[in-house]
Amino acid sequence: MLTATHQRLTNTHLPTPEPEHCPGPESENAGKSDACAGCANKEICESLPKGPDPDLPLINKRLANINHKVLVLSGKGGVGKSTFTSMLSWALAADPGLEIGAMDLDICGPSLPKMLGCENESIHASNSGWSPVYISDNLGMMSIQFLLPKEDSAIIWRGAKKNGLIKQFLKDVDWGQLDYLVIDTPPGTSDEHLSVTNYMKDAGIDGALIVTTPQEVALLDVRKEIDFCRKAGVKVLGIVENMSGFVCPNCGGESKIFKPTTGGGERLAKEMGLKFLGSVPLDPRIGKSCDSGESFLDLYPDSPACEAILDVVDALRDEIESEN
Amino acid sequence: MLDNIDHIVLVLSGKGGVGKSSVTTQLALTLVRQGYKVGVLDIDLTGPSMPRMFGIEEGKIHQSSKGWVPVYYDDSKRLAVMSLGFLLGDRGNSVVWRGPKKTGMIRQFIKDVQWEHLDYLLVDTPPGTSDEHIAIAEELRYCANVDGAVVVTTPQLVSINDVRKELNFCQKVNFKVLGLVENMSGFVCPHCAECTNIFSSGGGEALAKSLDLPFLGSVPIDPTFNELIERQNEWRDSWDG
Repeated sequence: MLTATHQRLTNTHLPTPEPEHCPGPESENAGKSDACAGCANKEICESLPKGPDPDLPLINKRLANINHKVLVLSGKGGVGKSTFTSMLSWALAADPGLEIGAMDLDICGPSLPKMLGCENESIHASNSGWSPVYISDNLGMMSIQFLLPKEDSAIIWRGAKKNGLIKQFLKDVDWGQLDYLVIDTPPGTSDEHLSVTNYMKDAGIDGALIVTTPQEVALLDVRKEIDFCRKAGVKVLGIVENMSGFVCPNCGGESKIFKPTTGGGERLAKEMGLKFLGSVPLDPRIGKSCDSGESFLDLYPDSPACEAILDVVDALRDEIESEN
Repeated sequence: MLDNIDHIVLVLSGKGGVGKSSVTTQLALTLVRQGYKVGVLDIDLTGPSMPRMFGIEEGKIHQSSKGWVPVYYDDSKRLAVMSLGFLLGDRGNSVVWRGPKKTGMIRQFIKDVQWEHLDYLLVDTPPGTSDEHIAIAEELRYCANVDGAVVVTTPQLVSINDVRKELNFCQKVNFKVLGLVENMSGFVCPHCAECTNIFSSGGGEALAKSLDLPFLGSVPIDPTFNELIERQNEWRDSWDG
């Protein structure tokens, strides 16, 4: 079922939403299958050019200059995907010899610009494409936030429209030469995830970093995301457990706020035969520095959370670079 | 199918992991305790949490001549739950669906589920403002019994920003915002009773004030709540409702 859905490159110009069993506007059966009878898009679909997506070679050309592409995934929301993406970007960009890009695919709730302290920037287009917003000399980023008229404008888009934007991000952003492209994703296993893995299939994704929190309610959704990675053929680089334990700044006593009753991220990694990259404790200063768009790693280099994050980043880099 | 429901309330948030499902669970259980008949509809299709939250992961949906029969929490039949989680073969299976299929499923949830008379139907939603939200807004558009939405946030700015977008969405689709809940607002250390604002504090209240929306209150982080969910059935036995 996945491959059928996966091959479907949804067209953004259809006037009405596709019916439930739509074969996909670019499939061989577009306009001809049973589901097409009575669909308002039928005529358009029938007349669309068939065959492979003409944009794919353009995407491949863009991404050819990027050495490593890493997805940050989690089935669950609010576990720290964006936080970790920002940490990973800061940590990698601390090495002046590396060029880093961060891309935010969360269309309905983009948080990365705020965390990297650049939410009021806008994007410039030139004849070589859209220029990313640069946070430092070697760290650029792209997000839908930069395209919004107001900070709180809602993006009420169906999947097909989101896919169009993701395609544009991959096709039109002029990253230049990059060592790492870190891609932040929304929660779930739906349009955004299918599109990005689909469009990047030929260019190649190094793998996915899975973020979870210790409690079973989160692990339940994370299992689904790992299942998705298997189906979509994306390698899982490892699992990181966020928000594991909290050390009271007043008395130093530790509390498990989100209890790992089923063994947390580490057990899950073992169960699934995946690498466990480490766990990061809760620290109120992480949230605060994300809100102010500053690098937690620079502000509090001596904190235990900072050490934990850097250990995870190192483990992740080892995993990525051992591949090549 | 929604005719014999008195009140429909949505639980929304632009941000993930702020406690939409937790708030839904607590609302449902509290309403049941007060003697109401409650239904919970989980439209988070790719990450359904409701079955786990209520400790009824083993539940199965049955088909009757009138439609789908929801899973009842216990024999008193005062709490009914419908979720895609009940339809999955294995709890680890992923539901990899694009928008149109999700829209179709939600339509089916609205049209085919055979709720008995309910005082309240709570709708738990996924984060964002996309297919699921558009679908439910369309399905409920002409229902006179939709009361509005409870919007959940956590105190930090990153979350507030996404919630603003959700409020914007509510305005566009004419969902009345019943009020804002600030979740995870402070954590009291069990060792020394010092309160630490892990995810900052006051953000939800300030947002409600600035937009002139009712602020329903702030809920602190309490590990016991998580533990109750994690322990599943033990909790159920101790629940005297």
